[in-house]
Amino acid sequence: MKPATAVVHTGVRKEPRTGAVSVPIYQSATFQHPALGESTGYDYARTLNPTRQALEDGLALLEGGARGLAFASGLAAAHCALQLFQPGDHLIVTEDLYGGTYRLFDQVLNLEHSYVDTTDLAAVRAAVRPNTRGIFTETVTNPMLKVADVAALAAIAREADALLIVDNTFLTPYLQRPLEQGADIVLHSASKYLAGHNDVVAGILVAKDAAIGDRLAFFQNAVGAILGPQDSWLVIRGIKTLALRMEQHQKGAARVAAWLRTHPLVEQVCHPGKGGMLSFSVVDPALVPLILRRVRLCLFAESLGGVETLITYPATQTHADIPVAIRERLGITDKLLRVSVGIEDPEDIIDDLEQALEGGAPQ
Amino acid sequence: MKLGTKLLHTGYEVDPATGAANIPIYQVSMFDQPGLDQPGEYDYARSGNPTRKAVEGVLAALEGGAAAFAFSSGMAAVSTVLMLLNAGDHVVVTDDCYGGTYRVLTRVFRRFGITATFVDTSDPAAVAAAVRPETRLLLVESISNPFLRRTDIGAMAAIARRQGCLLAVDNTFLSPYLSRPLAEGADLVIHSATKYLGGHSDLIAGAVAVKDPALAKEVYFLQNAVGAVLGPQDCFLLMRGIKTLKVRLDRQAATAAQLADWLRSRPEVREVFYPGIGAVLSFRLAAAAMAGPFVDQLELPLVGVSLGAVETILAVPARHSHASVPADERIRRGITDDLVRLSVGLEEPSDLMTDLDQALAFAFAFAAGAGAGRMPR
Repeated sequence: MKPATAVVHTGVRKEPRTGAVSVPIYQSATFQHPALGESTGYDYARTLNPTRQALEDGLALLEGGARGLAFASGLAAAHCALQLFQPGDHLIVTEDLYGGTYRLFDQVLNLEHSYVDTTDLAAVRAAVRPNTRGIFTETVTNPMLKVADVAALAAIAREADALLIVDNTFLTPYLQRPLEQGADIVLHSASKYLAGHNDVVAGILVAKDAAIGDRLAFFQNAVGAILGPQDSWLVIRGIKTLALRMEQHQKGAARVAAWLRTHPLVEQVCHPGKGGMLSFSVVDPALVPLILRRVRLCLFAESLGGVETLITYPATQTHADIPVAIRERLGITDKLLRVSVGIEDPEDIIDDLEQALEGGAPQ
Repeated sequence: MKLGTKLLHTGYEVDPATGAANIPIYQVSMFDQPGLDQPGEYDYARSGNPTRKAVEGVLAALEGGAAAFAFSSGMAAVSTVLMLLNAGDHVVVTDDCYGGTYRVLTRVFRRFGITATFVDTSDPAAVAAAVRPETRLLLVESISNPFLRRTDIGAMAAIARRQGCLLAVDNTFLSPYLSRPLAEGADLVIHSATKYLGGHSDLIAGAVAVKDPALAKEVYFLQNAVGAVLGPQDCFLLMRGIKTLKVRLDRQAATAAQLADWLRSRPEVREVFYPGIGAVLSFRLAAAAMAGPFVDQLELPLVGVSLGAVETILAVPARHSHASVPADERIRRGITDDLVRLSVGLEEPSDLMTDLDQALAFAFAFAAGAGAGRMPR
């Protein structure tokens, strides 16, 4: 089945009793047992809820994994994946990383870790230690949008007997399926492209291997950071238009990136040629507040992946938890803006950015 | 203001923008910002959502805390409190605690260097004896599960103060209507809000209320950093459930007391556990062989894993709430198949008694027959 077909059929045919095409929202905490020692397969909704399960099974199918799991947020999903490790284990982590994940590693979890440019395979190889048990990377990184070679990282991970975890939030299974390239676990902030409408906070894990999937399900149930039924249903609903949206996001991002490259007040444009994200730096930091105040169509907000175009200032928003020295080295400067290109007509997005940049910074 | 009134009037119920009598469901992930130097009150919904903020305000007001936080499940709330600890820290925990709490301590947090001692917290001397220099938390259930033993929160607070450690009380079984542990000296109150607070078997949720603003900041940091937040629809339903907490619990507790007395008079029942407060009771059947037929014969109670709902829910803890506790540990604690837990709902007491009466009689006869059949010749 082609991805554009698979996404439409997510959560379909899950309700044989009535034939309802859309899975019901099971707003139920508990499930009646037919008799002592018997179960319908559903006992308590933290452990398993049919609506959440439809989403989890759908994602497993889209990512090509054995088991999908849905969480209260992308960070709750990341936290669950990192429960697979214990003190004494070492992880190699992409240095160009979402600030929230960075905060988990640096301020919450007690795991040894090194930040490495995962697009530099020699650097990754050099960072492997005897106790390296995991490699954590984003496949277009955030916010510099560098592309990591998942297959090559998978080979390094295999050799080190480590798990490869790939955050696929920026590309989605429509544009990239890391499990097919050798990753063990795929992570999503489903708040972004999967749900796609800026209306849900949710996270997803998909494990390639059933045994790892079961271990993750143990932690999902034991720690309890699950996704509720209403939000599960909204993510399913979002996924049905994933293919259409990603095509339009990608087209729009390519067009806006090409235009930005011609603008005299723009110093540098990062766009990896796929997906709907781009970042750019302006010639003068004084332009940043001006642009953020002047934009009319683009929303100035901290997220991405929704149908509306969003503009973000990583230095103080998404990446505020990363120390200044590291930010500067990565290029997350006070001149950098990140744009999540929406599905509006690209010419309207360009017009909005053009009027926001017009006249340059006040002298 | 009495708590029954406060349930409806904490000031968080009305939408400030429109005056709507109920807070809107903010089904949104992020918030448009006015400008770089004028950050809005909300930026990203994991960090703050107005619907969640309203129910958190209500929970803080009811428990008398500086702040409260809503989580995706009761276990997410428990886990977040445990994340306040560091490797090497030790916890003293109620021995007949909820099976999920036992599981997360022994199989998740132990791996990160946090150790736990399980003691009967209804015995303050046993708690004091279990405290070690590295004890950083007492985690007690105000009414334990499934034997419904009451823990003296004031005595626990005194031990915690002496030790200089935190006291967290799981107040799920009593709710702030019947017990307010923060007023008795606890630092944190935990709820599976799935139970009495939500009250309708329709949502999974957890809550943590914190007395001290500095500690509340630490809990907020973890709620945001780990991200086990409650979604807006479930926040709304939780707020809706809380409004009827008093009328539900008054009625449920009255029926529970009546049923406890009635069960004590029954020959098919060996022992009844009811602490005289709340609406959950447990009882031991005269024979373990009665459990299956008794459960099958009942018509009214839902059989399943939960409690605190409008419907009466029956559970066999050994098979349900405590199935995650290893078998030998369960048997040591007396959690065997003959033990039944009843979370009393809003049905008419006479209907519940009629149903229990016929099921007890049937199961007793069945077990007697089965027992005779196995008699050696």
